[in-house]
Amino acid sequence: MSTDTLVQVEGISRYYGEHCAVDKLSFSVRRGEVLGFLGPNGAGKTTTMQILCGVLAATSGTASIAGYDIVAQPFEAKRRLGFLPEQPPLYREALVDEYLHYCATLRRVPRARRRAAVANARERCGLADAGGRLIGNLSKGYQQRVGVAQAIIHAPEVVILDEPTVGLDPNQILEIRRLIGELSEDHSVILSTHILPEVQSTCDRVLIINNGRRVLDQPLADLRSDSALSGISIALQQPPPPGELESLEGVREVVPLDRYRFRVTYRRDVDTPVAVSRAAAEKGWGLYELIPQADSLEETFVQLTRGEYLDAGSGDPAAP
Amino acid sequence: MIPRIAAYELRRLFASPLAWLLLAIIQFLAAMFFYILLSRYLQAGPSHGDHGITEVVVAGMLQITGIIVLLVTPFLTMRLFSEEQRSGTINLLFSAPVSVTELVLGKYLGTVLFLFIALVMVAAMPLALLPGVPLDLGLLAAGLLGLALLMLCFTAIGLFISTLTAQPVAAASTTFGALFLLWIIHSAGNTTGGAGGAVLGWLSLLRHYNRLLVGIVNSVDVAYFLLLGAVFVLLSIWRLDAMRTHHW
Repeated sequence: MSTDTLVQVEGISRYYGEHCAVDKLSFSVRRGEVLGFLGPNGAGKTTTMQILCGVLAATSGTASIAGYDIVAQPFEAKRRLGFLPEQPPLYREALVDEYLHYCATLRRVPRARRRAAVANARERCGLADAGGRLIGNLSKGYQQRVGVAQAIIHAPEVVILDEPTVGLDPNQILEIRRLIGELSEDHSVILSTHILPEVQSTCDRVLIINNGRRVLDQPLADLRSDSALSGISIALQQPPPPGELESLEGVREVVPLDRYRFRVTYRRDVDTPVAVSRAAAEKGWGLYELIPQADSLEETFVQLTRGEYLDAGSGDPAAP
Repeated sequence: MIPRIAAYELRRLFASPLAWLLLAIIQFLAAMFFYILLSRYLQAGPSHGDHGITEVVVAGMLQITGIIVLLVTPFLTMRLFSEEQRSGTINLLFSAPVSVTELVLGKYLGTVLFLFIALVMVAAMPLALLPGVPLDLGLLAAGLLGLALLMLCFTAIGLFISTLTAQPVAAASTTFGALFLLWIIHSAGNTTGGAGGAVLGWLSLLRHYNRLLVGIVNSVDVAYFLLLGAVFVLLSIWRLDAMRTHHW
């Protein structure tokens, strides 16, 4: 199974001076999975993606692509990785074909296959007729497509897209989504976006971060109101030893968010929140927060990332 | 990978008007001075005494060309990393399976090759006299070697400065300042005097260049240029490596 985990991030942190942009973030993405990477502006999404791509180094923690550590084996890792940054990395004075050819070279596509790779990437991104055009003269939507083409030209196993649909018209957004759907058949995709419906229509799993910390990591199917599972976020002053929460009635999964916070997924037909609060009262866990899961991604997002939560999350409840 | 990056860098240069413009400017100014020196030499007749045409006209033109290259290089090197940082294309380079050393050397080589095109074009002018005038080819070769070394050196300094800022204009003006300082630093040495003055005088690019122009190919002068170039290429590599890790 482990060979099928293409992205493995373990406890990465990144500081800019005193400011902590990413705080001990961990997650993984399996082959064929599309991970929606959400968070308010400034939550650390771009930093995380840059660390994954080897553009930035993490202050601590490790990230690996297809089993290759991005720091220890950057060559092997980067070969299996396609990256579209927020600002597409385009040379405005180059022709589309010229640019894609150079990208294929940089990504070490063998010479014999370069021409085919360029043609294929162009085809997939709807640039079939644009090969001879100057990138600087293309519309924003077309430039974005060239950016996507550049990220998939070497058929990477992992594609990381940072807000790929910003500034596109609705038709173009649909095309990019269709492309992401195609990519997910044999690649892993990490998609950062602000547009929540986009996550709902394209992603399998959603990861929400706030202030550099993970606040939600869950299959999208579990977030639907018709799902058999539901979830709560709880915060405990004296968290029990691992395993105890799992043993409560109806609990499917417990994901620790930080030292005091847990996300509990449970079967909807069992009243687990009541069981949790009872157990917390009896055993003195000091339950001080219990947020039921909202039935839509929007509500979940707002609940988990809004200001109050942010303030409560930054304090240490055990401290006097 | 290094030659491929260099080739693309060169292609990209020629895709913009900048390359053609710079070549034209270098050629025009060099040709103008060549013509002025040549006609003056012809008017003066035998009064030049022992000084031959190569020594007066060719060396004189190469010295001026050195200054022209000094003026032009900052505009070439500001593109190298400043512009990549500003336009975000640096992300493409950093996320590709290419080492920082390959990137730096590739871009450096591409820019040097461009300047060498200018060198060949400038060299063509004195060589055009060859059918009618006996040139001192050794002296000419020494002068061209000096110009080539100067180009290596200027490009390396500009390369390093372009890694320091995402503002191309800031990179260009800083590069110009640094090159100009190194060019004339011997005059500071003259006024200082003593050991400090000697060091400053020795650092001067102009002094080392002038020795090559009069035909003295001294390994110390050649080493000076190569060393200075190598140091700044190395610094560029370190600086870009540090950009990923340091926490500003």
